[in-house]
Amino acid sequence: MKVELRGIKKCFGSVRANDGVSLTVEAGSIQGLLGENGAGKTTLMKVLSGFVSPEGGRILLDGKEALFSSPAQAIEKGIGMLHQDPLDFPPLKVLDNFLFGRDSGFLLKRALARKELLELSERFGFTLDPEAYVNTLTVGERQQLEIVRLLSLGVEVLIFDEPTTGISTPQKATLFATLRRLAKEEGKSVIFVSHKLEEVLELCSGVTVLRRGKVAGEIAMPCTSEELVRLMFGQVITTHVAEEVSLGEPVLELRVWGVHTYRLDLSPVSLQVRAGEVIGLAGLEGSGQRLLLRACAGLIKPSRGSLFLRGEDMSGKSYQKFLDAGVAYLPAGRLEEGLIPGLNLAEHFVLARREKAPFFINWALARGDAGRKIEEFNIIGSPSTLVEGLSGGNQQRALLALLPDSLRLLLLEHPTRGLDVESALWVWDRLLERREEGTAILFTSTDLDEILERSDRISVFSGGKMLEILDASQTDVEQLGYLIGGNRG
Amino acid sequence: MTYSQRLVNLLLGLAPVALALMLSTLVLIAAGAPPLEAYKHLLQGASESPAKIADVLVVWVPLALCSAGLLFTFTAGLWNIGVEGQIIFGVIFATWVARNLYLPATLLIPLMIVGGMIGGALWGLLAGTLKVYGGVHEIFAGLGLNFIAITTNIWLIAKPWRPDLGATMQGTDPFPAAAWLPRLAGLRLSPVSLLLATMALVVVFFILRGTLWGLQLKAIGKNARSAYLLGIATNRHVLLSFALCGALAGVAGVVQVSGVWGRNIPQISGGIGYLSLLVAMLSGFRALGVAPVALFFAALGVGAARLHLRMQLDPSLAGVLGAGLVLSVLLVAGLRTRLLISREG
Repeated sequence: MKVELRGIKKCFGSVRANDGVSLTVEAGSIQGLLGENGAGKTTLMKVLSGFVSPEGGRILLDGKEALFSSPAQAIEKGIGMLHQDPLDFPPLKVLDNFLFGRDSGFLLKRALARKELLELSERFGFTLDPEAYVNTLTVGERQQLEIVRLLSLGVEVLIFDEPTTGISTPQKATLFATLRRLAKEEGKSVIFVSHKLEEVLELCSGVTVLRRGKVAGEIAMPCTSEELVRLMFGQVITTHVAEEVSLGEPVLELRVWGVHTYRLDLSPVSLQVRAGEVIGLAGLEGSGQRLLLRACAGLIKPSRGSLFLRGEDMSGKSYQKFLDAGVAYLPAGRLEEGLIPGLNLAEHFVLARREKAPFFINWALARGDAGRKIEEFNIIGSPSTLVEGLSGGNQQRALLALLPDSLRLLLLEHPTRGLDVESALWVWDRLLERREEGTAILFTSTDLDEILERSDRISVFSGGKMLEILDASQTDVEQLGYLIGGNRG
Repeated sequence: MTYSQRLVNLLLGLAPVALALMLSTLVLIAAGAPPLEAYKHLLQGASESPAKIADVLVVWVPLALCSAGLLFTFTAGLWNIGVEGQIIFGVIFATWVARNLYLPATLLIPLMIVGGMIGGALWGLLAGTLKVYGGVHEIFAGLGLNFIAITTNIWLIAKPWRPDLGATMQGTDPFPAAAWLPRLAGLRLSPVSLLLATMALVVVFFILRGTLWGLQLKAIGKNARSAYLLGIATNRHVLLSFALCGALAGVAGVVQVSGVWGRNIPQISGGIGYLSLLVAMLSGFRALGVAPVALFFAALGVGAARLHLRMQLDPSLAGVLGAGLVLSVLLVAGLRTRLLISREG
């Protein structure tokens, strides 16, 4: 199906998310939609998939004007979207999820659906177990489930919003093969939304670049990444090179230390991290990195072994004690586990203060402090801006601004997830400042390049085991990918 | 804000009142009563004499106290349904003090108030403990504890505190005079209780608005997970909010036994705990809103008595009118959010 968007307009408050955006996708092709964070990519795709009603503009499907006011109607017209965070029901089974959105009468036709599910997943080389619970699947498998679900609903246009976030290299290869197949062999129109240049270059037959709610340009492939960068940012950015920092005293020491949860066991780990050291934790989602970070933050009690912070045994100590010892943890879910929607920036800064505060808040003073932090951390917002009104990049800046001044150990989950190149660089500049002050940093990332570029040492996780600790300068993407897949050296 | 936006806001503010009036008019017509006359009686019944106004304030005091307490738990995102039980434990502790300590009024009354606060706070704390450490949702903990509190009070009245003459279930013997709150001449209203309620509202207002603890409570209510990670001792704050709410409910209990009834009776809480949930919701969880909203409900309750006398309408009609208003407000608020969402996407 040929999709045409003409002059789409959509504002959120004073922000023009889409300001007269047009986009054309031919049947059987993969069109890239590229742009930095907040450029309006997701909004445009939500308009096309019926989640958001536009304030102006038209949608043409095979030349005919289409109007829809809900995702259900859009799916009926043949448009399906895979959201950045899978919109499925983790406590339910794969088959149950597959059944959602079907108008098949009062009773569920499970046997029929199971057959269809197996056929479709076989056609694409997926291995989906209809009886598995979705919360046991990887993000990649959940995407596969969503793809077959949408296909079974007769979708002709598939939108993928940042689909490579949170999936591993082999899963990415499978995904790309699937996308090519959907376009070439099945004749579907595929829209690939991303802020990663190399992915767009590899996959798409044409690219539309958005900048600040407008189309900055359209290019047919092949083209160079420099051309795309220029369209995205209006300038070319060069990446910094990590500087050598002399390492200090040991900050964190784990001695045959393991964590046990009902879902995953982290086998005993011994590790020493020194002041100023950066350690990247590589591995598939759910391989134990997150468990390690949370347990190092004092949020989960270890099942065995002991954890020393600057020589002090922290066994049995509360999360509060870890905070007092200069540990900070930044989880990936910014609005779920970090910021408090409904409160503004000034209120956040008051809450985050570690030093003894007076009982009554001096709001004039608090707003002044907040204003300074906002300026220092380059946050686009004011002390009275509610955090949910900030863009993803600014939320990340706010979280960094909330960290106490002196830290011993900083634990970060996907510190640059969903950020554009510029914001990601900025975040790392701040983190490297910390490191020069002697803070030890542990971070997870699905971006192996980021791990290789930023870490002193890299530890690889696979199925709850910390396999190896590698010197970052002695390894490469290939070796890491090999280890992540569960194969030793 | 532009002129038209202001107008829209004003209309949206009045919409629930209009809707509630429409609903209650329909109910009145269905009950076979001329609506205008009924409204006139309601209004007059609540305001025609100083005695009536005093009666309205008598109802207002415990409502305001409980609603003020509920602002703590609501701010922390908790549904403290157990206010009714917390009132009763305030009553039980105050009754014990009144019956067992033979002191002059100047000592006895403060002791009863402190005792009532402790009783209510402990009962609130119990619900909080069940939630924080037992994983029991506070709605179920509160409901269960309400039943236990009511039954305990009935047992106390029927057994240990049974009056010497005959064992009717009417209540305990009247308290000694020293345990009665002083009243305004010829009225049922006690200035002490009025002062207590007003003080409670003022203190709650300042705590929630201007203190770090109030802000921390708000943070817990909006996102307990993030609040915890920011280093806020969420469990301690949740427990404290339950205890404070219980303490204020306990004061309401003291006012009921020592200011209104002068003795302990089985139906001493009289549904005030539940009604105060509505008051807190309707006031938008703001201390400034509680005073007028509680006044409205109190007036409705007092005025309805006259509806019964003059028009033979059941006084429970007042409940229907009040509930109609709450539903209308929630409905309009819900529609408004929907409207905003569909506009903004």
